[in-house]
Parts: sequence; structure tokens; C-alpha cells
Amino acid sequence: MNKLIVSPAPHAHSGDSVRRNMLLVILALVPAYAVSMAAFGWGVLITTAISIAACVGFEWLIAKYLLKQQPTIGDCSAILTGLLLAFNLPSNLPWWIVIIGAFVAIAIGKMSFGGLGQNLFNPALVGRVFLLISFPVQMTTWPRPLGFYTKYLDAITGATPLAAMKQIVKGGDASALDKLPDLWDACIGLIGGSFGEVCALALIFGGLLLIVTRVITWHIPVSVLATAALFAVVTGWCGALPEGLGTGEYMLMTLCTGGLMLGAFFMATDYVTSPMSPWGKIIFGIGIGFIAMVIRTWGAYPEGVSFAILIMNACVPLLNKIRPKRFGEKKK
Amino acid sequence: MSTFRIGGVHPQDNKQYSAHQTIVDCPLPQKAIIPLVQHIGAPAQPVVEKGDKVRVGQLIAKAGGFVSANIHSPFSGTISKIDTTVDGWGARVPAIFIDVEGDLWLDEIDKSDNLVREGILEPKEIIDRIAAAGIVGLGGACFPTHVKLMPPPGKKAKVLIVNGVECEPYLTCDHQLMLEKGEEIIIGIQLLMRALNIQRAIIGIEKNKPDAIAHMQKLASRVLGMSVMPLNLKYPQGGEKQLIDACIGRQVPSGALPIEVGAVVDNVATVYAVYEAVLKRKPLISRVMTITGKDVAKPGNYRVRFGTPLTDVVALAGGVPENTGKIIGGGPMMGRAMNSLDMPANKRVSGLLFMPEDESRRIEPENCIRCAKCVGACPMGLEPYLLARQAELQQWDGMEAHNIMDCIECGCCTFTCPSHRPLLDYVRMGKAKVGGIIRARSAK
Repeated sequence: MNKLIVSPAPHAHSGDSVRRNMLLVILALVPAYAVSMAAFGWGVLITTAISIAACVGFEWLIAKYLLKQQPTIGDCSAILTGLLLAFNLPSNLPWWIVIIGAFVAIAIGKMSFGGLGQNLFNPALVGRVFLLISFPVQMTTWPRPLGFYTKYLDAITGATPLAAMKQIVKGGDASALDKLPDLWDACIGLIGGSFGEVCALALIFGGLLLIVTRVITWHIPVSVLATAALFAVVTGWCGALPEGLGTGEYMLMTLCTGGLMLGAFFMATDYVTSPMSPWGKIIFGIGIGFIAMVIRTWGAYPEGVSFAILIMNACVPLLNKIRPKRFGEKKK
Repeated sequence: MSTFRIGGVHPQDNKQYSAHQTIVDCPLPQKAIIPLVQHIGAPAQPVVEKGDKVRVGQLIAKAGGFVSANIHSPFSGTISKIDTTVDGWGARVPAIFIDVEGDLWLDEIDKSDNLVREGILEPKEIIDRIAAAGIVGLGGACFPTHVKLMPPPGKKAKVLIVNGVECEPYLTCDHQLMLEKGEEIIIGIQLLMRALNIQRAIIGIEKNKPDAIAHMQKLASRVLGMSVMPLNLKYPQGGEKQLIDACIGRQVPSGALPIEVGAVVDNVATVYAVYEAVLKRKPLISRVMTITGKDVAKPGNYRVRFGTPLTDVVALAGGVPENTGKIIGGGPMMGRAMNSLDMPANKRVSGLLFMPEDESRRIEPENCIRCAKCVGACPMGLEPYLLARQAELQQWDGMEAHNIMDCIECGCCTFTCPSHRPLLDYVRMGKAKVGGIIRARSAK
């Protein structure tokens, strides 16, 4: 008999791995990615490629030369950060700005905290918000969807539905109503915006895939979307909407535009920066939905999801004091 | 509710290797070693000396206290010495060594296979016979059964739950026992119901054993108050607290025993031993073990008398497979890896799992990614990621506040962690330390 291996129980493993979860998220983003490519053309591919390459490259360089550790790019988390960052950018963003964003996301958003699992804020959002504040013009010039053959630098830019909605609700300007796209267009992605924002149906499909494969649970997406929807409905009931825009339509437009779908399913659900208990997740989701809608309605920016998520990320250590339901716990 | 409500995981069943293999009796060895600790509690004290002649079923060691158990000779022959031996995990334990001669039983034992249905017995007599027979829980914990049958004052038993779940992957001995000795088990349950003076018994069986469910349902239907509960396939469905939750919907509070919710839980093999002890006057001297693994030549279920060298049993199953990396005593979730097969069969080991080399090595852990899958998996509703980190940082107070002592060491957390972190290792270490602190505190 050979030498025996002796180690403590359990001696079996589910087969799950960090890489498997990252790859499933990437897979879940493929439908939305395909729609974006169809709508915005090559700019999507170029921006994504630059973002991913930069994220992976920076993580590798920082791990190997600055932290003097074994780089862990094999777990695919940097690839996912690159992809999600790209999803939050206009598809015609200059390449050097993309690289700066990737640097901020990885170096500041992730590695400065100690690498995977240690960061407080969603790295892709840290990168995105940094770019938004540093390059406001380039970051708010969104290409119109012109189809697959839109060349990278040819994109015609225009106002997004969110900007129009803000005009309507905050400014009470009914004339902007005709700037709103068809609801169906918004759902399937034929609207202006960052290329990850646009196709609600594709994003929902990807999100459901993640829930079914148990990569994420339902708590955060449902809380975010339900809160935002409720906020929109209450806005309607309070009479803040002008003639011509029904409450129901406003609610659906709210859900389908901007980064809400992407945020609810793919950004807020980031493992490292979200709470560890079911109730913690629900409160987290409600906070994000609420803050995002407040910013969208009254704030200076048309989009509030990124900020809302980052603000709630800061609350996660506090939310983690909420404990899961214990076996045998008596209800007090 | 066909399952426990919090947590749980779904390991691969892997029962196909030894399932439905008829129980085979292991031949008698020439030399036997009987450990004096085969139970929870104080070691048993020898009542024989070197040179004594013993018969099968004779008492050779007396229980060392209330929470302890008698030990009987599984063989006839001569006591060769009373010494210590090293078990398969490297621990040195006291043991009685026997040179086996023939197979002479004590006169009062009925060693035939005939089913004995009748016996007018008072509860106290039943419990006394169980205690005298040295019966301990054969589900792995080896708690002395008679102690469970005597609830402390103020606590009343209301339901007997019989554990036919066998939720550990690979193991099939309980399944086979239900198929072959179902009638005896039912009688054993009736004896226990009488001993506890209760009218209700539930036999829990996981749904991956439909033939056992059908068979036991048919037998149980003849007895008033006895029923079978088919349970969903989820680990650890057979964990005592989880089984009680699944069967009667009550969760045993933290730090309390099952009797707190009126439940007494016994494994089917224990119940079978009760039948043999009470109605056949046969003490606990053997058990069915599953010898299994992907590459085992003749995997199956083998009835082994305690004291038989494990190498003999393994030889029956075709010997140790060539590519074995790990030998596990028990199942893959909670079993303990052995460093030697040089050990006698005893009450504690329900099976041997031979794991191939390529499955035996642990994967290098990565950073915790705070995915909370361990939180979702823990059947006790704990936070393994946090307890492990607290153990690393030696924050004993924090661990106690987060209920580390509730951990049942089922392994769901480590099983599920995508970063392959050894969560249970840290929690076990923390439990040992915090347990010591608690004991020291209450001793003051």
C-alpha cells in the first residue's frame, strides 16, 4: 500500500471555483453584449478589448512587481471587471481614457485594498465614476445606435432617454416627451446610452441565468428593481408627471433605461462588495434603488445607479452585522 | 415539510458501488483486538484477566460510569493480554487482546435468525437490557443508547425518530439493513416506544432509497403510531437536529438536546441492535460496514464482529485498490482519514471509503471572495467565513457570540467554498478553544 494522504474532513468538494463563477457572469453578459454590438458597432468591441486587456495587465503588473505576489489573473475576476467597466462606458470613448479607467478600477478600486476579496467598493464603478468626474464631456456624449456597421469614431451622439426623463420630471418640461423612445425600443436596446445599459431584455435573461445557476441570489436584483419601480409609481401618483406620460409607462421606462438593469443584476450583486446575509442584501438593494431614483429625479446627474451602488457599498460592513437566520433561533 | 429548512448541500450520491449488495458475514479472525473506548464517555473497565477463557457475548469490560457502555466479547477463546493499541488515526487506546478459538456462545443467547415478536417487558427491563448489552448509537456518534432513553426529570419524550436517512455519500449499510432486517427493525422500534412510553414513531428515509421506503412503509403500516417519512435528498438530512426539523418541524434550541423538543433519535442499526439485545439476549458484538470506493474490486456491505482486523474485511472486498490515496473511516463529508488500516473493526466505524489518489489532494485555497455561499450552505445558520476569520485572528469572544459552539461539523461550508478555503478546519480549532474557555468558566 502506498503512503496514505491524511487531511481533515470533508473529503469531497462541490467543484465550484472562483473562475467558474466569473465565467458564468461573463457568459450571462453575452446576450446584452450581442445586442450592443448590433446597435453600436465596432466601438463596442474595441472599447471592451482595451478595457479587459488593461485591467488584466494592470492586475498582473501590480501583483508581480509592486506586491511581489503570485498574480491571480487566472481566476478571471480582472477580465470581468474589464468587461463590466466597458459596459458602463460610451462605445466611442477615446482609448486612452479607457486605459485610465481600467487603471483606476484595478489599482485603486481593487489592488490598493489588498486584491480580490478585500475591496470595499465595486472596482468597475470606481473606475467609471472617476472617469465621469474627470472627463465629463467625453463620458456624457453617448452614441446613437446606428447598427452594426457604425464605425468606432463615426458614432453620432445625442441625448439619452434618461436625460429626457430628467427634463420631464425635474423640469416639468412636457416638450421633451417626444424625445423619449418607444418603450419597446428601450427594452430591446435601440436607445442611446452606454452600451451595457441598453438592452433590458437581454440583461434580464442574463440575470435569470445567474440566479438559476446559483451564482447570485434573487434578493439584490429584486430589491433594487422593486424599489425603483415603486419610487416611479409614487412619483406618478403624486402628479409629478406631465400629461402624455402615464405612471405605468414611466415606471417601465425607469426600469429599462440607464444602468438600472445592469446595476441590479451585475454590478450590485458583486460578491465582494455586497452583504453576506439575505436581509442585508434586501436592505442593500432597497438603498440602491432609492438613492438611484433620488439622484435621477432631483440630482445633478441624469444617472444615479453608479453612485447609489458605491454609497451602499460603503454601508456593507454595517449591513453585515445583520445575521442570517440561525437554527433554533427563537423569534423575539 | 420533507426536508430541514436552513442550508444544506448536494454532494454526489455515489451509492451505486455498494448499493443492494447483500450483507456478507466476515469470517472469524485468529486474533482479535477489542478497544475499550468504542463510545462517547468514560472508557470501559476490564472484568477479565490474561488467561481467562471467554465465550461469544460474554461481558469483558464494564461501563466506566453512567455515560459509558459495556463491552462484550465477539469471540470465544482465551484472553491473551490487556494492553494498549494504536488505532487507525494514531491514537493510543486501551484494549483487550483475544486468541480466537472456535465459536462458542453464551447459552442464553438466541443466535438463530428466527424472528422473535413477543416479549412481555416493562420499560425498565427493556432499558436495562439495552444498557447491559452495551448498545451505543451506530450512526457514528456512539452515544450510549440507554442514556437517551432516560430523559432527565422535567423532560418528556413525545416522539421517536428513527434515522434511516444515511445522508453520507457512498455508505449503504443502513439501506441494506432496512431491506434485509426490516421486520426486526420494526420490532426494535416498538421496544423503544415501550421503553420511552410514547405512541408515535417516525422513520426518516431519504428518497434515493425508494425500495427501503416502500418496504418499511408496508411494515410500519401494521403498527399504530408508526409511519415512514420520505425525505428530500439533501445533506445533512440525517444530522440529528436537521432530521428532527424535517420530521416534526421543531428546531432544537442552541445548546439543548433533542429531548428539549420531545424527540429521541436513533439510527436503524442501533434499533436493530436493540431488538437483538432485548429479544434474543444478544449483546452488541457486530455491525454492518460498507466497504466502498470507485476502484474497490468487490464493494459491498459486510457484517463484521468487532475486533476483526480491518485488513480481513478489506480482503473480502478485494483488497486495497492500487491507486488509493486516502482511506476514510466513514463517509466523505464527516469521515476521518486514516493513516493505517492496522486497526480492529469497532462500534465507531460504519464504513471504509477508498479514495483514488487524484481525488485525495486538497486544492490550494484562494482569498475569500465574500460570496456568502458558505452562509447559505450552513444548516445551523452560522457564518462560516466570519468564524474562520475570527479563528485565524484568535477572537474567541467574537466566535462565542457568533454561536460557534452550534456548529455540527457537517462540512457543508468547506464543501461549497469556491475559493477552497479550509473553513471547517478553522472552525474546529475555534470550537476546541472556545469549548475549553466555556468549560473553564463554568468550573469556577
